[in-house]
Amino acid sequence: MASYIGSATSRVDGRAKVTGEAKYAGEFNVSGLVHGYVVDSPIPKGRIVRIDTSGALGVAGVIDVLTHSNRPTMADKDDAYKDEVAPEKGSPYRPLYDDRIQFTGQPVALVLAEDWETARVAASLVKIEYQKEPHVTDLQAERARAYAIDVPEKPRGDAEKAFASAAISHAAEYSIPTEHHNPMELFASTAIWENGQLTVYDKTQGVQNVQQYLCKVFKLQPNAVRVMSPYMGGGFGAGLRPQYQVVLAVLGANALKRPVRVVLTRAQMYALGYRPASIERLALGASSDGLLESMQHEAIAVTSQFEEFARNDTGWGNLLYKSPNAKFGHKLVKLDLPTSSDMRAPGAATGVYALECAMDELAIALKTDPVQLRLQCYSDRHQGEDLPYTSKQLRECYRQGAEAFGWDKRNAEPRSMRDGSELVGWGMASGVWEALQVPATVRIVLTANGHAEVATAASDIGTGTYTIMAQVAADMLGLPIDNISVKLGDSTLPQCPVEGGSWIASSVCNAIANTARAVRGDLLELAKATKDSPLAGAGVDDVALIDGKIVSKQDAGRAVPIASAMQSGKAERITREEINQPSEDKSHARNVHSAIFAEVKVDEEIGIIRVMRVVKAVAAGRILNPKTAHSQVMGGVVWGIGMALHEETLYDHRFGRVMNANIAEYHVPVNADIHDIKVIFVDEPDEMVNPLGIKGLGEIGIVGVAAAIANAVYHATGKRVRDLPITLDKVIEFV
Amino acid sequence: MIPFQYTRASDVADAIKQIAADPSAKFIAGGTNLLDLIKYDVATPTRLIDISRLPLGNVEETANGGVLIGALVPNTDLAYHPLIEARYPLLSRSILAGASQQLRNMASTGGNLVQRTRCFYFYDATTPCNKREPGSGCSAIDGINRINAILGTSQSCIATHPSDMCVALAVLEAIVHVTGPAGARTIALADFHRLPDNTPQIDTNLEPDEIITAIELPAKGFSTNYSYLKIRDRLSYAFALVSVAAALELDGDTIKEARVALGGVAHKPWRSPAAEVVLRGQRADASTFANAADILLRGARGFGHNDFKIGLARRAIVRTLSQAARGTPQSISDKKIR
Ligand SMILES: Cc1cc2nc3c(=O)[nH]c(=O)nc-3n(C[C@H](O)[C@H](O)[C@H](O)COP(=O)(O)OP(=O)(O)OC[C@H]3O[C@@H](n4cnc5c(N)ncnc54)[C@H](O)[C@@H]3O)c2cc1C
Ligand code: SF4
Repeated sequence: MASYIGSATSRVDGRAKVTGEAKYAGEFNVSGLVHGYVVDSPIPKGRIVRIDTSGALGVAGVIDVLTHSNRPTMADKDDAYKDEVAPEKGSPYRPLYDDRIQFTGQPVALVLAEDWETARVAASLVKIEYQKEPHVTDLQAERARAYAIDVPEKPRGDAEKAFASAAISHAAEYSIPTEHHNPMELFASTAIWENGQLTVYDKTQGVQNVQQYLCKVFKLQPNAVRVMSPYMGGGFGAGLRPQYQVVLAVLGANALKRPVRVVLTRAQMYALGYRPASIERLALGASSDGLLESMQHEAIAVTSQFEEFARNDTGWGNLLYKSPNAKFGHKLVKLDLPTSSDMRAPGAATGVYALECAMDELAIALKTDPVQLRLQCYSDRHQGEDLPYTSKQLRECYRQGAEAFGWDKRNAEPRSMRDGSELVGWGMASGVWEALQVPATVRIVLTANGHAEVATAASDIGTGTYTIMAQVAADMLGLPIDNISVKLGDSTLPQCPVEGGSWIASSVCNAIANTARAVRGDLLELAKATKDSPLAGAGVDDVALIDGKIVSKQDAGRAVPIASAMQSGKAERITREEINQPSEDKSHARNVHSAIFAEVKVDEEIGIIRVMRVVKAVAAGRILNPKTAHSQVMGGVVWGIGMALHEETLYDHRFGRVMNANIAEYHVPVNADIHDIKVIFVDEPDEMVNPLGIKGLGEIGIVGVAAAIANAVYHATGKRVRDLPITLDKVIEFV
Repeated sequence: MIPFQYTRASDVADAIKQIAADPSAKFIAGGTNLLDLIKYDVATPTRLIDISRLPLGNVEETANGGVLIGALVPNTDLAYHPLIEARYPLLSRSILAGASQQLRNMASTGGNLVQRTRCFYFYDATTPCNKREPGSGCSAIDGINRINAILGTSQSCIATHPSDMCVALAVLEAIVHVTGPAGARTIALADFHRLPDNTPQIDTNLEPDEIITAIELPAKGFSTNYSYLKIRDRLSYAFALVSVAAALELDGDTIKEARVALGGVAHKPWRSPAAEVVLRGQRADASTFANAADILLRGARGFGHNDFKIGLARRAIVRTLSQAARGTPQSISDKKIR
C-alpha cells in the first residue's frame, strides 16, 4: 500500500463543505432558539450614564435586553477571564460587565428576540447616554509615550558603536498599519442549556480554551460545559481567544433559560483583535566586503489600555544572519482600542518585513546582489542562543527559488527593466518562523471491522487538519483512508491546545503516531495469543500495521490480519489515548525558512502596481500533503500581496473609530490582483525536530512576501516606500 | 435599522401614486445600495415600494437612431447587450469596470443613477455629515478623504458620486426619462446629479415622487475611438479614485469631435465644454490632450489625502484620450493597464 503521508490527498471534509453539510457555529438550529443582536458603543472611552431600553422592549417579539445593570452574574476577578492565550499582563476585557467604555464597538447591550431581524430593529431603539472621556488611538501621535518591555533576544557586543564605525550602514524606519483578520465566517455562538448541561457552538480555534474560560467566567463545573467548533470559516488568529459574543450568548441563555445565538455583524468584528500597527526601526552596519557588523531592530507596537499584548517582532535577524553586535528592543503604546492580537505570523509578518527591506537597502548601499548579501551573512546557528538548527535548508530555498524565478537575469540597476509602458522590478526576501510543538493527546478507537476513529480537541480552522490526520492515521494503522474518521472541535475530546502558531500538524500527528503505536502493541498481543502465532516473540517495534495486517518488519511473510487478531481475542474494539510531549531537548533551534522572489510591474505614468509573479521556496521539514500545503502557502502569499499593497484599517482618530469597517472598503486582494504564484517545497528531512519530521506551515506563507514586493517596487521605480500599504500615490509623485 | 412595510407597484402609475402618498417611502429596485443604507441606519424608509417587476426591462432602438434603455435593465444585461456592445462599447466598458459580477447582476440602470456617495462618514451614522444630517458638519473635509472630491466641492460637502456607468452616460449625452404625478419629462444626464453647494442632502434633480423609466442614448456612439480608464486601489471591485471616459471622432489625426468626463472627482460626472473646445480641430496628440486636462481640472482642490488625485487625473485624462485616439481602449479582461 502506498503511503498517504506525502501524497496530494484532497480534503476529506471537502464534500461536506461544498454541499453545505458542514455546519458552522451560527448554523445549529434548535427549537425555541432566541436571537441576540449586539448594541455597541459609538465612543472609544467614557462611562455609560443611562440606558433606556423601553423602546426596544416595546417591539413585538423582543424578549429582553441585557445590559451591565441587569445581566446574570459573572465572575468578578481577572483570573476568571484569563484564557489560555491571554497576555500575561493586564486585566482582560469583560463583556457587559460594568459601565466603563474601553473601546469603540464594545458591546453595551444585547437585545434578545424571537428572530434576528426583530432583534436588530429593536437594537436601534436602545437609547444610551454616555459620558465621554478624552481618548487616544493614534500610534504615530502617541509614540513618545511608548514604554519598553522585555524581549527574549539579548544584546551582543556593542551594536551602537559597531554601527557608528561600520564602513557601510543603513538605518530607517518602516511602518505597518493596523490590519484586521476579516475571516469570511462571522463570529457566532449558540448556547444551549439542556438538563443542566450547557452546550456551546462557537467559532473558535480552541474549544477547550473556550470551555475552561466559560467555566471560570460563569462558575460552572467542567463536566457541565461542552464547547463545539467542528468547522471554521477562517480564523487566522482571530479565534484564538474567546471572543465576546460567546459570553453574551451564555449570558442570554442564563437569563432566559432558552437557547441563544449571537452573530456579530461584519462591522462589529472590527472591535475584536487586530494585527497591531507597528513602527519598526532598523539599523544595519556592514564591513566594506559585505559582512554584518551590527544589527539593531526596535519595534513600537499597539496594545490596549488594559492588556499588554506583544509578539516578538525583532528577534528574527538572529535566526537569519551573523552579526557580532546586535541589539533588540520592543516598546508598546497603550491606546483606547481593543487588545491587539495574533494574526497570521504575528511578529514575523511585520518584523521580517522591516528587516528584509532593510537588508535590501543595505545590499544596494553595498552594491551587492541581495541574494548574495544574504548568503554572505548566512548563519548556520541561531545567533542569539548560539545553537545549531535541527535543519535549515534556507540556502537551498534561495537557490531553488532564484532558479525558478530566473533571478540571474536581473539587472541590478533600478528602473532598468521595462515592458512597454510599465517598469519591471524584481525583489526578494527571506522568511522565517518557528517549528513549535505543544502537548496534544489523541484517542484512537479501532473496531474489528477495520475502521478507526481518531479524535482530539483541536480545531480545523480551514487548514486541512482533518485531512492530514486521516492520512497519518491511515498510514500508521495500515488502513485505507476511507476507513478513518477524524473527530475534532469538541471540548469533550482528548486534550489539545488552541490551533495556532503552526504547531497543530506536528503536535497532533506525532500524537497519532504514539497512540497508533499503543494500538499496535495491543494488536500484537492479541496476535501473539493465537495458536502458533507467526509473530511470537516480536516486540511492538518489530512489527508494522500494513494493508490491514500486523506484519513483521524483518519478514513480511510473517503476518496476522488485524481482523483475525481481534476476532480471536474477542476484542470488538481497541481504544487507546496517548499524549505527545514536545521534546525538551534545548540543544537545537527549530525553525522553518523560506525565500521569496517577486516581480512587479508599475505603470510609471499612473502608478498602478501589479504583482506578476511570486516564487516562494519553503523548507519546512516533511510535507504531509503537498496539495493542502500548497494551498496554505499560496494563501499566505496572497495575504502578503494584500499586506504590501492593500490592507489598512483606517481610523478617524478624532472619533476613535474605524472608518472602513467592511470588506468593500477594507481592501484585500481580489482575483484581478493575483497572477502567477509558484510554491516550491525544498526537501528537508529532519528526524531531530520530532519523530515524524513535521515543522508546520500555517504562518510561513506570509512571512517576507510584503518585503519582496516592496523591494521589487523599489527596483522597478527607484522609489523606496517604507510605510505599508504601498499605494500608487506613494510610488509616483503626482504634481 | 427600522421596520418597514413592503409593497409592490403594479405599474408605473401605481408606483407614482404610492410614492406620492407616502413621503417616507422609497422605491427599491436591485437593492444593492438601498438595503446597505437601511442596515447602516442611513436610510430610514418606513415603506419599500418594489418596482423591480415593472415592465421596464427592455433595450430598444429609437426612431432617431438611438437606443432606449429601460430603468430596470440589470447592469450586467446592459453591458453585454449586443446593441450596446456594438454601438456604445464605452458604456459597456464603464459598467463592467464597476462593482462585481454579482452586484451587477442585481443592480438596475435606474438605481445606478440614484445610488448614493461612498464617503465613509456618510455610512457611519455616529459621525457628523451634512449629506446625511444637514447642518451637522462635514467630517470628511478634515478627515479621511482619499475617495472624496476635488472638483465642484463646497464648504458643506466634498462627496463624489460613485457611479462608473454615469461617467460614460455623460459622454454619450444620455437623456433620463422620468415620470411623476405631474406627468413625464426628461432630464439631460448632465443636469441629473447636483453639486453639493449648501444642500448636499439633495443628490439629484429627480423629485422624490418621480420614477426613472428609461435612459435614452442619442445615435452617436463613438464606437471606434473611445476608452474608459478606471484607477483604483486594487485592480477590481473598488470604487474609482479617478476614472475617465473619452470619446473622439477623428479625421485622420485631427479631432473632429471630442468628449471627456471624469468620475471619482466630483458629485457628478465632470465635463467641461471649454476643454472639449480646445480639442476640436486639433491634432490628437499628448500636448493637445494635456491642454484639455488643464482646463478640465481648473479649480481643482485637494483636502489632504486626496491631493494626489489632481495630478493623477491629469495623467489619466491624457492616457485615456491617447487610448481613444489610438483605437486601443482600456482592456478590462486581461488584467492589464496599457
Ligand atoms: C460593494 C459594492 C461595490 C460597488 N462598486 C461599484 C463600482 O465600482 N462602480 C459603480 O458604479 N457602482 C458600484 N456599486 C454600486 C452599484 O452600482 C449600485 O448599488 C447599483 O447600481 C444600484 O442599483 P440598484 O438597482 O441595486 O439600486 P437600489 O439599491 O434598489 O436603489 C438605489 C436608490 O435608487 C432608487 N431607485 C432605484 N430605481 C429607481 C428608479 N427607477 N427611479 C427612481 N429611483 C430609483 C432607490 O429608491 C434608491 O434610493 C457598488 C456597490 C456595492 C455594494
Ligand atoms: S463629504 Fe459630504 S457625505 Fe462626506 S462627510 Fe462631508 S457632508 Fe457627509
